[in-house]
Amino acid sequence: MQTHQYDVVIVGAGGAGMRAALEASKDARTAVISKLYPTRSHTGAAQGGMAAALANVEEDNWEWHTFDTVKGGDYLVDQDAAEILAKEAIDAVLDLEKMGLPFNRTPEGRIDQRRFGGHTREHGEAAVRRACYAADRTGHMILQTLYQNCVKQNVEFYNEFYVLDLLTDHDLTTEELPDDVEVNATGVVAYDLATGEIHVFQAKAIIFATGGAGKIFKTTSNAHTLTGDGMALAYRRGLPLEDMEFFQFHPTGLAGLGILLSEAARGEGGILRNSDGERFMERYAPTIKDLAPRDIVARSMANEVREGRGAGPNKDYVLLDLTHLEPAHIDAKLPDITEFARTYLGVEPYTEPVPVFPTAHYAMGGVPTNVQGEVLRDSHNVVKGLYAAGEVACVSVHGSNRLGTNSLLDINVFGKRSGRAAAAYAKTVEAHLPLPADPAAAVIAELEDMRSRPDGERVADLRKTLQETMDANAQVFRTGESLNAAIEVIKDLQRRYRTVSVQDKGTLFNTDLLEAIELGFLLDIAEVTVLAAINRKESRGGHYREDYPKRDDVNYMKHTMAYRRPPVASDVADGHIEGYFDHVENLDGYKVVLGSKPVIQTRYEPKERKY
Amino acid sequence: MTAVAEAPAAVGAVKSFTVTIKIRRFNPEVSPDPTWQEFQVEAHATDRVLDALHKIKWEQDGSLTFRRSCAHGVCGSDAMRINGRNRLACKTLLKDVNPDKPITVEPIKALPVLKDLVVDMEPFFASYREIMPFLITSGNEPTRERLQSAEERARFDDTTKCILCAACTSSCPVFWTDGQYFGPAAIVNAHRFIFDSRDEGGQQRLDILNDKEGVWRCRTTFNCTEACPRGIQVTKAIAEVKQAMIRRAF
Repeated sequence: MQTHQYDVVIVGAGGAGMRAALEASKDARTAVISKLYPTRSHTGAAQGGMAAALANVEEDNWEWHTFDTVKGGDYLVDQDAAEILAKEAIDAVLDLEKMGLPFNRTPEGRIDQRRFGGHTREHGEAAVRRACYAADRTGHMILQTLYQNCVKQNVEFYNEFYVLDLLTDHDLTTEELPDDVEVNATGVVAYDLATGEIHVFQAKAIIFATGGAGKIFKTTSNAHTLTGDGMALAYRRGLPLEDMEFFQFHPTGLAGLGILLSEAARGEGGILRNSDGERFMERYAPTIKDLAPRDIVARSMANEVREGRGAGPNKDYVLLDLTHLEPAHIDAKLPDITEFARTYLGVEPYTEPVPVFPTAHYAMGGVPTNVQGEVLRDSHNVVKGLYAAGEVACVSVHGSNRLGTNSLLDINVFGKRSGRAAAAYAKTVEAHLPLPADPAAAVIAELEDMRSRPDGERVADLRKTLQETMDANAQVFRTGESLNAAIEVIKDLQRRYRTVSVQDKGTLFNTDLLEAIELGFLLDIAEVTVLAAINRKESRGGHYREDYPKRDDVNYMKHTMAYRRPPVASDVADGHIEGYFDHVENLDGYKVVLGSKPVIQTRYEPKERKY
Repeated sequence: MTAVAEAPAAVGAVKSFTVTIKIRRFNPEVSPDPTWQEFQVEAHATDRVLDALHKIKWEQDGSLTFRRSCAHGVCGSDAMRINGRNRLACKTLLKDVNPDKPITVEPIKALPVLKDLVVDMEPFFASYREIMPFLITSGNEPTRERLQSAEERARFDDTTKCILCAACTSSCPVFWTDGQYFGPAAIVNAHRFIFDSRDEGGQQRLDILNDKEGVWRCRTTFNCTEACPRGIQVTKAIAEVKQAMIRRAF
């Protein structure tokens, strides 16, 4: 076992982690721990663009962007945070350009911008060109540019290290601590995949930038490695997870595969059609049609299929039609996604429409933070020295549905903020706080137990059951019945997880072992996602309950906060509201207690959401 | 147009076939020598080599070790030698590599093999870091963005596509015999900055690549261009760097 000391430790080397590292490493001794080589992170798979009201190609301003973000999130967005996001977007894009990002250009040589779903002028009048982009590989360019600048700045990386525990100076798993108790994060425990060695990192400040958890679903645009590690580690250590019921299904995944085809395809003029060739989005969103926000488009597509107007032999997808666009335009603006259609489905987008169906894409919820990136341990107290940014976090700038291009923005704005805040905080801390006695004991025990079990069920079989259950019961359409069916399966899987076994008993590059650990994270994230969805008896943004199809602002205009507690703990969590935010689920050996957190409203009164 | 084309054959088709995957295995904890092992896998028309590797790992032998992440050709984790050619396992459909015969899968060459299909990427990234892969400018930063015409932007577009998978470098016969050679990927990334109108570090990079292990080692065999899963014209990029070195103009 090795022990390291840093001022700031960043967990995750995607966009948020590396943007934070560029800030933190200027002022503080910083290390980045990542389970992948940084350039493998899933930020690189983002395609369409990054929103900022630069007004390079038409009139635009950050206030319109704020409004669109709030409305797009079906008013569950914290409006102070959305305003920061939209205001700081402009510098975030300019920062990247100055770092070298090769944006597409206007004829005048400025950063070009294009249309994207839900981004409008004059509060919804018409689509506005706000997305700054680099062909359809904007995320790739962001990831490369940030990594390049990390190389320039000599940022220290621990690659292929899996963080498996978060260390704090108080046990948060039992009960809520009083407001006057200061809770501090003190370090993380990591596993070096190459050697199997355990490393303990002691830090004054820790930033979680571990990304999403799309692999709880079968059909997903997410990488195999997006297993919700950071969210699950926080949850297991007694920290709440916020708004986990809100998961975004991206409308245009390649049918049957889930591989993402950017919304930029529609921003550049692509049209969704059903089996009759009808442009069905005209019925669902008469003003901005195919450029409605993702939750609305995904639901409309699923509805077309459900009502028998799906295309293909099984009538189970719709068609993305680009055939009216000039091939040269497609090649210039959408080269990668058209290549995906050719490679994976053998479809030529110049002449054939592309089969598409919604694919699990993005967790709006996550580890709750304030606008400095500080992690909350309940609705109002922070954990000192602990930060989160990017998809793992819930600020909440996305509310119940994120607008396209706001995630590449989120990682840059809140990555930078948390990096700065963490370094500044570390400077105020004189000495590292002591670590718990034997800090790696829990991780070592978990790994040894998993490695030494007698032959049991396979990890892959449980994971498949989980993913199929989530696709069947917690996707675009949900009901109390489907969600209750899902939680019963998840409970069963949690029990069976205790006896799964791995075949690889070695110490070097044991990915078999780590897949088993990752399955544990997935089960925890699925559990909390489904329980939050059961509790929220309304439909809002990405969470659509067929048994409660209306938005209910009177009773549910609150963020969900989910806590894992021991069986003996109180059934009343912070933000408990009788009849609405009061769900308690007893599981084997623990329970999950739901509470709430107020939504911050500043400028915009909730209105009915029409496009 | 409102006419709807016929559903593409691959979608919804359930036809399956059995394929033999022959994998070069190596686990230093078990034996110092690599061995070949064959697996039979049930596959579908849209399945990729990565799907077959996953089926083996998840259903037959959990110890089979390889890197992967995004599974659609953008993260660069799973470059490997498939039927003797460097490709990404997630971008290679089984039906396209003649599944009637055993499909061979080996680690990419000339980087130390750590376990099964996993190689040590550090020498590769070290070369990348050496060519200063970042924008170099002088003076104050502009208030807004630096201006760049669409034509100037197009000049280096091809080399911005690189995902650092090492398929090109590990396909290069010069790199096979001389691990000191920078290799195509590092030169591609130098090209990306040398031909960026905003960059002022071109001379420094050219000096680095003028080294005896630099661009002059390239023998234009085009292996790298053939291997690139992103379709980058790698050999052309290297030639452009050579020309820039002679003319000191870019």
